[in-house]
Amino acid sequence: MTTGPELVCPAGTPASLRAAVDAGADAVYVGFRDETNARNFPGLNFSRDELAEAVDYAHAGGSHVYLAVNSFARAGDLKIWTDAIDDGARIGVDAVILSDIGMLAYAAETHPDLRLHLSVQASAAHPEALEYYRRAFGIKRAVLPRVLTVDDIRRHGDRTSVEYEVFVFGGLCPMAEGRCHLSSYATGKSPNTTGVCSPAASVHYEDGPDGLVTRLGDFAINRVAPGEAAGYPTLCKGRFQVAGQELHIFEDPVSLNAAEVMKGLVDAGVSALKIEGRQRGRSYVDRAVRTMRSLRDAALRGETPDASVLDSLSEGGRRSTGAYKKEWR
Amino acid sequence: MTEDLSPAVRDLTEATRDGAGDLGLLSLGPLLFHWPAERWRDFYCQIADEAPVDTVYVGEVVCPKRWRFNRPHLQTVVERLHKAGKTVVISTPGLVSEEEDLALVEELIDLGLPVEVNDIATFGVLERRGRRGAVAGSLLNVYNEATLRYLAGAGVERSVTPSELPGPSIHALAAVGEPALEVQVFGRWPLAISARCYHARAHGRAKASCRFVCGEDLDGLPVDTLEGQPFLSVNGVQTLSGAYACLTGEIATLRGVGVAGFRLSPQDVDMVRMARVYRDLLDGRLDAEEALGEVEDECPHVPLANGFYRNNPGAAWVEA
Repeated sequence: MTTGPELVCPAGTPASLRAAVDAGADAVYVGFRDETNARNFPGLNFSRDELAEAVDYAHAGGSHVYLAVNSFARAGDLKIWTDAIDDGARIGVDAVILSDIGMLAYAAETHPDLRLHLSVQASAAHPEALEYYRRAFGIKRAVLPRVLTVDDIRRHGDRTSVEYEVFVFGGLCPMAEGRCHLSSYATGKSPNTTGVCSPAASVHYEDGPDGLVTRLGDFAINRVAPGEAAGYPTLCKGRFQVAGQELHIFEDPVSLNAAEVMKGLVDAGVSALKIEGRQRGRSYVDRAVRTMRSLRDAALRGETPDASVLDSLSEGGRRSTGAYKKEWR
Repeated sequence: MTEDLSPAVRDLTEATRDGAGDLGLLSLGPLLFHWPAERWRDFYCQIADEAPVDTVYVGEVVCPKRWRFNRPHLQTVVERLHKAGKTVVISTPGLVSEEEDLALVEELIDLGLPVEVNDIATFGVLERRGRRGAVAGSLLNVYNEATLRYLAGAGVERSVTPSELPGPSIHALAAVGEPALEVQVFGRWPLAISARCYHARAHGRAKASCRFVCGEDLDGLPVDTLEGQPFLSVNGVQTLSGAYACLTGEIATLRGVGVAGFRLSPQDVDMVRMARVYRDLLDGRLDAEEALGEVEDECPHVPLANGFYRNNPGAAWVEA
């Protein structure tokens, strides 16, 4: 059995799920192949049959499976979302991860024994919010938005019985998740509505005199000089003109690596450490799970893990501890 | 703070406690920017005296550090608005993560005015006090009938649609009936909120030592593309649209499907004029084209957009 927080790992495909289970993930989170989850990318996610097989495989390997139904149900089309919850319950997932109040109400009423986790997309950043969700819908755990410092998490934890799950590796949203309409402002599609941010179909590259211009919808969101490294063009990592300067005004092209603050998170009593990246491949999942396990175990021994061991897994960009340190703000 | 209000105001607020009363057709949303306190006071007094709006939202949605400047003027403003016959709703912070945020929520709630809730934590505080929220603000994620029905059960009387909600969703929600819907029809849309202060970041300062640099940009700090195209607008920890929402061409349809309220979000333009334009449009004294002409005339420096409603990128302008 594990001691300390469980490791919650992403799986975008059945192969990735098997890799995560084999590598010793305590839990794996997945989504159905439709707009009900916040990683609705082509070629990703699970059919109903694939999920049933995956749950059997994970349970045989001693891992839990959490089903993310964490986009916001579209008015007039609720059945797509309620079906996802019903099917998750029928297949026997260990929890569903929800963000939509309407879907939380549905799940609590229809499946009173189904364990509910509050998605990061619900952006519940204070124990008052978590306790409200607990009283209203019986949530057992919340994935915390990436706006809190380690100190905030420690202080807040004493004031709620809701378990905390925190991101420790992968993408870094500088905005409160689930409350961001930047992508839909530029492209018409957003995480909340269609499960995508800065969708690839809206990205275009143009060679210009000063380098490669990246366009998202009608807007130039970056310009990359020849030889300059460039990650995926997410809107909030773009470069803009602000107050007479060219700035990454929202966030530098960084990704989250919380290894440096892992001991603080463990000491703060978080229940689960989450790795982002359902869009990443099987080998990423395998290596990320193994590496993160060793980092967690180091933190449990009281050591500060070496953050650099994760650098080769990053999608590019410098590593950042994000909002976990106050100076990020 | 309730004790500080005059007896007349206190009677009014006790009478309407939690229930918002008649919110009417046309509202002025909370001022999102950090204006000098005297200007804040004078703005609301002018609105009270001259703007044909039914409801005025007053409070602080973006940054709790700003409230100390406006707090001393609140009583004057609320009294003046009440005397002018306006319904006053108190708007609360959009992201509650720190104790400072929660303290402001508690202070604003305890004024005893009807409350606009912008973070679920505020529902929690209200519930523990045996109170309810009158209005669910646009920063809450109300995307569908199931969520709207839950809010009706929680006593919410009006729900302001999220910025990105497309027309078909607004129509489906309006058909639910309760709570009634309010849609923003003028001003920059709130697009995102963060723990990070982008105003401080743009000026190379830490959030903790921002020296209220957000107060220098009465209409937000422009974020343009590298090609010089207006795109977004920074307001402290909040990001707004570069364009002003302008739904002059959609209001007739929205009313037809049962949308009850239309919100003007304050910008650094003549808001009394904008209130008159939208009131005249609602009352049939201006048609949509004339109203658009008035908005364009008042805001020549800012692009107008209706894309979210039209199921397009939000920044788009789609001809009616």
